[in-house]
Amino acid sequence: MTRFEESAPVKGGFSFDLCKRNEMLVQKGLKPSSYLKTGTTIVGLVFRDGVILGADTRATEGPIVADKNCEKIHYMAPNIYCCGAGTAADTEAVTDMVSSQLKLHRFHTGRDSRVVTALTLLKSHLFSYQGHVSAALVLGGVDVTGPHLHTIYPHGSTDTLPFATMGSGSLAAMAIFESKYREGLTRDEGVKLVAEAISSGIFNDLGSGSNVDVCVITKGNREYLRNYMLPNLRTYVSEKGYSFSKKTEVLMTKITPLRELVEVNEGGDAMEE
Amino acid sequence: MRRKALAFDHFLHLNVGKCSNFGSGVIFEYNGSALVAMVGKNCFAIASDRRLGVQLQTIATDFQKIYRIHHTLFIGLAGLATDTQTLYQRLVFRHKLYHLREERDMKPETFASLVSAVLYEKRFGPYFCQPVIAGLGDDDKPFICTMDSIGAKELAKDFVVAGTASESLYGACESMFKPDMEAEELFETISQALISSVDRDCLSGWGGHVYLVTPTEVTERILKGRMD
Repeated sequence: MTRFEESAPVKGGFSFDLCKRNEMLVQKGLKPSSYLKTGTTIVGLVFRDGVILGADTRATEGPIVADKNCEKIHYMAPNIYCCGAGTAADTEAVTDMVSSQLKLHRFHTGRDSRVVTALTLLKSHLFSYQGHVSAALVLGGVDVTGPHLHTIYPHGSTDTLPFATMGSGSLAAMAIFESKYREGLTRDEGVKLVAEAISSGIFNDLGSGSNVDVCVITKGNREYLRNYMLPNLRTYVSEKGYSFSKKTEVLMTKITPLRELVEVNEGGDAMEE
Repeated sequence: MRRKALAFDHFLHLNVGKCSNFGSGVIFEYNGSALVAMVGKNCFAIASDRRLGVQLQTIATDFQKIYRIHHTLFIGLAGLATDTQTLYQRLVFRHKLYHLREERDMKPETFASLVSAVLYEKRFGPYFCQPVIAGLGDDDKPFICTMDSIGAKELAKDFVVAGTASESLYGACESMFKPDMEAEELFETISQALISSVDRDCLSGWGGHVYLVTPTEVTERILKGRMD
């Protein structure tokens, strides 16, 4: 009976029932598995009319590139977006969870979400797990009180800044921001600066790579520019591709039709009334 | 079926015997596996190797790693064999409940979210599995995705790989894949990528098992490979 209850959908939250077994395995000499990380360069800056967020698109599993074009700018609310670095499952889960909570809050209050609401929900969740939920976030949006940009660290501390970078490529990107940022940038200047900072991370940091994603949030409007720049297209692609002259040897074939063939009886007896 | 029973008896013996250590190996290299899924034109293919081993000893050469959830949705599970079987049983249970409530099959995107949630629930004590999900969605559009052991989804438009042979598989698929392949060409490509990658991995091999799914039929083939 207990086993049946375990399999049924639980009410939510984490379940720790495999921890004892996993600890036993580690004691016997097994190294714990490596998780998908987003090595990453993520940035945000405040410009004249709002906030611009930027991210690279590489996801790594140890030294291997697992995903060449992943999405690191997550939707939180129509006027709030969040970039995530760290363990990929944690950033996705925590941003999805807070996004749902914000939607319920919008229904409850009848007002647009504020950036500080998202900030408080995220930081209290991350603090309560004492840094074990490894998500480093750059949260940006425009609400009734104006444009806001915050960084959130895995242990739950936050900063409010005019420009911010996070991730393994943050130093490369911050170098660009520190030299070229000024207050009151226009939209085009801001996008160009963000793209330059992300490119700096892509080319100088090994944990970041592939393309540049940009998201521009202004009062009442947002533009998600997915793959805004593609500086790493594949070169030397063979026109012919691979062709296999010798076919693979097959030992057994089993074909299961998915749609049943209907037998059509032409000119059969008419139905009797 | 008889061979599978032998496999788990042996596993129990290893745990209670005096030599019950895993060496300095990683948990994912205990049983060995190779999984790959590729997208073609209105079709997809998912392939796995057939070995079940206990570190360097082979226990079975007909081990099933790709499971059918419904007629156009397949999940391949790489990693620790005991966790893959438990996880498959949990997922099939959830899908059956869903089918009873909704009176229809789950879409592949929905199923991928379900798998991700089931895995993330165990974030601090995870299942040692890497799933590869492949299915036909709305309008017979093929959908593939893979996840790490705690549910971080990786959607791809071309191919996804998992298992101990994954590094070789990345290389083979990257060079052999072409977009919009027809069913027969897709089968050829995925088989060649799988066979050539497992030949470079000690822990996977002993043939291949390929499912090729088009809107009208599912073709299951067993490949002949090196038996070493």
